[in-house]
Amino acid sequence: MRQRAESGYFGPFGGRYVPETLIHALEELEESYERYRNDPEFVEELDALARDFVGRPTPLMLASRLTRRWGGANVWFKREDLAHTGAHKINNTLGQILLADRMGKRRIIAETGAGQHGVATATVAALYGKECVVYMGEEDTRRQRLNVVRMRLLGAEVVPVRTGSRTLKDAVNEAIRDWVTNVEDTHYIIGSVVGPAPYPRIVRDFQTVIGREIEAQARERFGGDPDAIVACVGAGSNAIGAFHPFVGREGVRLVGVEAAGRGLESGEHGASLAEGRLGVLHGAKSYVLQTPDGQIREAHSISAGLDYPATGPEHAYLKEEGLAEYASVTDEEALEGFTLCSKLEGILPALESAHAVYHAEKVARELGPGRNLVVCLSGRGDKDVEVAAEALGVGPEVSGGR
Amino acid sequence: MGGRERLLGAFSKGRPALIPYLTAGYPSLGGAREVAEAYLEAGADVLEVGVPFSDPLADGPTIQDTTARALENGADVDYSLGLAGEFSGRAPVVVLVYYNLIFARGVERFVREAGEAGISGVVIPDLPVDEAGDFARAMEDAGVAFCPLAAPTSTDRRLEEIGRLASGFVYCVSVAGVTGVREKLPPGAVELLRRVRAKVSAPVALGFGIGSAEAAREAAGEADGIIIGSRLMQLVGEGGPERAGRWLQEVRAALSESAGGGH
Repeated sequence: MRQRAESGYFGPFGGRYVPETLIHALEELEESYERYRNDPEFVEELDALARDFVGRPTPLMLASRLTRRWGGANVWFKREDLAHTGAHKINNTLGQILLADRMGKRRIIAETGAGQHGVATATVAALYGKECVVYMGEEDTRRQRLNVVRMRLLGAEVVPVRTGSRTLKDAVNEAIRDWVTNVEDTHYIIGSVVGPAPYPRIVRDFQTVIGREIEAQARERFGGDPDAIVACVGAGSNAIGAFHPFVGREGVRLVGVEAAGRGLESGEHGASLAEGRLGVLHGAKSYVLQTPDGQIREAHSISAGLDYPATGPEHAYLKEEGLAEYASVTDEEALEGFTLCSKLEGILPALESAHAVYHAEKVARELGPGRNLVVCLSGRGDKDVEVAAEALGVGPEVSGGR
Repeated sequence: MGGRERLLGAFSKGRPALIPYLTAGYPSLGGAREVAEAYLEAGADVLEVGVPFSDPLADGPTIQDTTARALENGADVDYSLGLAGEFSGRAPVVVLVYYNLIFARGVERFVREAGEAGISGVVIPDLPVDEAGDFARAMEDAGVAFCPLAAPTSTDRRLEEIGRLASGFVYCVSVAGVTGVREKLPPGAVELLRRVRAKVSAPVALGFGIGSAEAAREAAGEADGIIIGSRLMQLVGEGGPERAGRWLQEVRAALSESAGGGH
């Protein structure tokens, strides 16, 4: 597998399906990554920023009330929501801004769905003094206006995308168009383990810090590997990051949770591993939600971050090889996970992460008491407060009082 | 004569071949036929038929709009190949299609159907030569030309590879960017044409952003073919097929004046 990954493929998935104009930039990125990934100065700079700027390592916390309630395995939260900017996205953007800086790129572009990746990109661009433009579907700028404001305060330009479904898929198209046009001085910080090679591998490597920390913390806290790791999968970067050190390791179940939206049967969901077919989108071959003719379908999820009609090629590979298992959780179930996590553990999780929390119950019960289950809490839910409040009918009005 | 041979024949007229683009299904399913007719009447040497795709990431706003409209009009791959086939008896037809549409149909089936429809060549904006080997060979076996793209950012090593796989013309992208009208020929376009010509024996056509007769004439000295898309689609939107046809005639006249260009 490793050898194939270096060729830009994970089994039959991955590749480089982009306009010719971009090939040179991808080759440059690949060369630069090969050169710096083991460069002591690069590694030291990244580690220092991870520690001092991001606040790593993030804690591994025993979710004791959920553990008791479910009566199954011990439930542990990997607290990526505590990372600076509030989500795992910062791990990748930090790594990529270091690369962009070494490649001499003065301008950064990114796409964002929920806004977490956009905020993380705007943050690192500010840190390194780069011009930053973030493409965001118009629909998402409405759903996630808090993050739009954060990006602007950080000095980024946010461009609302009004084509197609006006969500993440179209923001990616627009970012690619910008990149094709400004490829000489611009680096495109892709936000997940998608896109043309070498992005899926680079993003995975920068996110693998999550899995490496889980490994070390698990040993310290309960003396061995977890019995399972559960993480949400839109395009799939927090999941790949958490899974990667454990792929193929005996006794560790890796469980990805996709968005079933309004239900798989409704056709309105983001479950490309469950319902997609092999196809090509945004530069890579993977599972894609599409019509029989090959037109890309619009995805739906209550969580803007899972609202994407494809998934990373490495997830497709892990599924195909039986190295990870994938489930899906509806909007309604995710809201239940959101409520449980908030009320029992005092943590408002991102709606993305709430999908993983909901599904964790099933896995915890299957594993049984005494076993250990890690849930990757990929981000915090501040950004989702308005969406969740509306869906749950919770308002700010104070009634009566006592 | 096979489709591929007819395509190559269009490049040996002593002046650059005029290759207008239309989006299949725009402005309507029937209207696209009128556009093709108008192009042929205006003296098009090759027709380029774009198959509408939901995510045309190499295209600028004009072509994006036309493909979105075409999809709303119900233009699918069957319709698009049918339209291309209707005109393939009258001029060589090149189909521009994003790779997922081919992949979803099945590469073998697509190649067979393209051959049966008499299509001369295929341009795939998101299939660089690195990923195109098997497809290009299948196309060649079916008598359909593979027309790879070359960009200002392509290295000489890549241009050699592009030349190896090109069984039709090489589609030179005049500028790093997406499709769209630009009034002047971008400064790097001529240099690209020269670099490609030095590495490639196939005919060399220039596209992306040729929006005026003047730009076409400028390119004519170096290119074997001129591809015009966004400007024509704008004109179709503003004044219908006749308007686009009239403008194309002007370009055609400008190209004839500059005869002697190309090689």
